[in-house]
Amino acid sequence: MKPRSALPLFFFVLIIILLWRGLSLHPSQVPSPLINKPAPTFQLPELFNAKQTISDKNFLGHVTLLNVWATWCYECAAEHDFLVQLAHDDHVIFYGLNYKDDATKAQDFLKKYGNPYQRIAIDQAGVVAIDWGVYGAPETFIIDKKGIIRYKEIGPLTQDVWDRDLKPLIKKLENEPA
Amino acid sequence: MKKLFLIFIMLITPCFVFAAQNVYQFDSSDQEQRFNILTSELRCLVCQNQNLAESNAPLAADLRGQIYQKVQQGQSEKEIIDYLVTRYGNFILYRPPFDGSTLGLWLAPFLLLIVGVSYLLYYVRKKQRD
Repeated sequence: MKPRSALPLFFFVLIIILLWRGLSLHPSQVPSPLINKPAPTFQLPELFNAKQTISDKNFLGHVTLLNVWATWCYECAAEHDFLVQLAHDDHVIFYGLNYKDDATKAQDFLKKYGNPYQRIAIDQAGVVAIDWGVYGAPETFIIDKKGIIRYKEIGPLTQDVWDRDLKPLIKKLENEPA
Repeated sequence: MKKLFLIFIMLITPCFVFAAQNVYQFDSSDQEQRFNILTSELRCLVCQNQNLAESNAPLAADLRGQIYQKVQQGQSEKEIIDYLVTRYGNFILYRPPFDGSTLGLWLAPFLLLIVGVSYLLYYVRKKQRD
């Protein structure tokens, strides 16, 4: 039977292309509007020493990875071992942002499972996290030497994600002037 | 007997229970309205098919709290929306802005409708001619 029109086939192929493309999209991941903007100003107490504070000024002069985590967050526990290994093997500077957590629980967790962070800010109210556009831990931000946010990873860090998305960028940023 | 049965049925039928989330007190009905409009037109980013008014997610509660504070301070709808869009992007709005990046989003349904109806008319006319 000879087809009368190629139009239905055309639309079918078009839809297949769009659906195929759709398979690799992640619409539930909200892209950050803070990329290439300066890190939000904040000042928070440190987890292990509440008398000391950490602020956005601490980002200047080096490439920083800010990891938003909490003890109640299952996926954070999943990426934790990888972070500890990364902090040990690589020379990246990890700062932690403990999000809406219990300070004692957080301290105990790190003592028990290892501490990949050079410094940890504790944001119990979660207001600073809102300034960073955090909507679901774990999230990791890459901040350059000038304190500008250059990248945000939503979800746990894994070797693949690290090798593909973060490591090349960090290498590039480390070669940029402070 | 019938009366007793009726009373029995009424007693075991649950009433609608509306779970009260924090009931915020407002200084004016204007502010209350602003709060309600904002929380119903902003998306919860955790439960992404709910607005901030409905969602039970902790982030939604935090954002409601922030919006409440700003409404109390007298900030306008635009100021509060800007505050949130700066941090979370346009995705938080249930009404995306009409600009270059969202042109396709807004116009596509109408364009598809026009294409579909045109083809239909063409096909029907063609059939009539045969």
